[in-house]
Amino acid sequence: MILRRVLPPVALGVLALLGWELLVQFAKIQPYLLPAPSAIGKQLALVLPGLWAATLATGSNALIGLIAGSILAIALALVASRLRFVDQLIAPVVAAIAVVPIVALAPVLTNMFGATSETPRRVIVGVVVFVPVFVNTLRGLRQVLPVHRDLMRAYAASNWQLTRTVTIPGALPYIFTGLNIASSLAVISAVVAEYFGGLQNGLGSRITSAASNSAYPRAWAYVFGAILLGLVFYAATLALERLASRRR
Amino acid sequence: MTAVQVTGVTKTFTTKAGLVTALDDVDLTVEKGEFVSLIGPSGCGKSTLLRLIADLDTPTSGVIEVFGKSARQARLDQDYGIAFQTAGLLPWRSVAANIELPLQLHGVDRVGRRQRVAQLIELVGLGDFARSFPEQLSGGMQQRVAIARSLAERPELLLMDEPFGALDEMTRERMQSELVRISAETGAAVIFVTHSIPEAVFLSDRVVVMSPRPGRIRKVIDVKLGDARGEGLREESAFFASVTEVREALHGAPATGTARGVDTR
Repeated sequence: MILRRVLPPVALGVLALLGWELLVQFAKIQPYLLPAPSAIGKQLALVLPGLWAATLATGSNALIGLIAGSILAIALALVASRLRFVDQLIAPVVAAIAVVPIVALAPVLTNMFGATSETPRRVIVGVVVFVPVFVNTLRGLRQVLPVHRDLMRAYAASNWQLTRTVTIPGALPYIFTGLNIASSLAVISAVVAEYFGGLQNGLGSRITSAASNSAYPRAWAYVFGAILLGLVFYAATLALERLASRRR
Repeated sequence: MTAVQVTGVTKTFTTKAGLVTALDDVDLTVEKGEFVSLIGPSGCGKSTLLRLIADLDTPTSGVIEVFGKSARQARLDQDYGIAFQTAGLLPWRSVAANIELPLQLHGVDRVGRRQRVAQLIELVGLGDFARSFPEQLSGGMQQRVAIARSLAERPELLLMDEPFGALDEMTRERMQSELVRISAETGAAVIFVTHSIPEAVFLSDRVVVMSPRPGRIRKVIDVKLGDARGEGLREESAFFASVTEVREALHGAPATGTARGVDTR
């Protein structure tokens, strides 16, 4: 059963790597254009300790930003779903945040917090994560059926009881849709945020420095680390969703 | 003692088309333990009247008393149980957890909840489905869960808004028989909204016939079929006589019997 589900994608991955390797070898593609998987693998083994440290640095930034941004987004969505004027107040701000370019924000924040701080990266992740979580959560919180509203009123349930027993459980699938999107975005933005100066300890800074030294297979080795990190985040939110939907 | 006393109740809604009078000067008394159906075409205000008694809406004018209190106080005191046209179960809760909901909201302890839920599941004949989820049940079974939930706190008044409206005829008749049994066992007064004439007659002590635009009570019909209502009742002549009486009240004019379907040009 597991074999049948796991084997095909793994086989496809191996085939793709094999094709890649053969393409590079036989078409004599230069490493600065596209390094062969074998070369990347060799680098991967060489930089493994550094790769682990860099992945941890970027991963913890992504995680902290993801958690902080999501908590803020969910809390504000709860308030906005209850108070109309807060909703109207927040909607334009959210639209503005949605279009904030990281490229512009990263250097500004690095100046603000200093080049030795992790804070700018975490703030960037938080900002990027906020929008999908907020939008999806708010949509979920608005899904309460009239019959459930009537029922809870008939039970003389308090607002908090309505929120806890009907609104939030009903919104959970939407919240997790937002979190799934946000988890991948968190890793991507944590990596990209490092491209614009500041501490040189994460995957993004290693990728840029390797690339500027023309060490392309090494750069790709770090890219591989970033992909793995993103997958771990995605899988973790999926697992969390399973857990939550079982016991809501 | 009366369960529900409705006096001079009017309800108007403001819509885009203007002012709509959903109920116009309605009076109704329901005694304790009595089964009363509200019947009428769409727009006659029967559901509105039920919602007013449940304090889900407030009347524009007039007074509603439930067990001698205001409708609002009766709601806050949890004096009634309610079931709607759609079962309105929470899809993420099991059958048992859905029935448990009102008990949980009102702070009944775990042991008390478990005992009561077990009784109710037995009462509505869903013993094997306590752990199932609503999506795994048929419409009729979901509606039985909703009825069990409405009975959870042993209310002396049950408000039911077309609870069998979406069921097929066979399931519907079986549910009616069960409701007759349940209401006899619990002794609760029932106000039952329907637009099925046989359903109203089969279930009720009295049938309140309403007319639309503006919503008014046209006639109140006593159904004298006794308390023992088995399946055989549906084929008795007394049953048909009551059905005819309600139908004639609904259509406003006595059916002559000969003219129906006859071309009179």
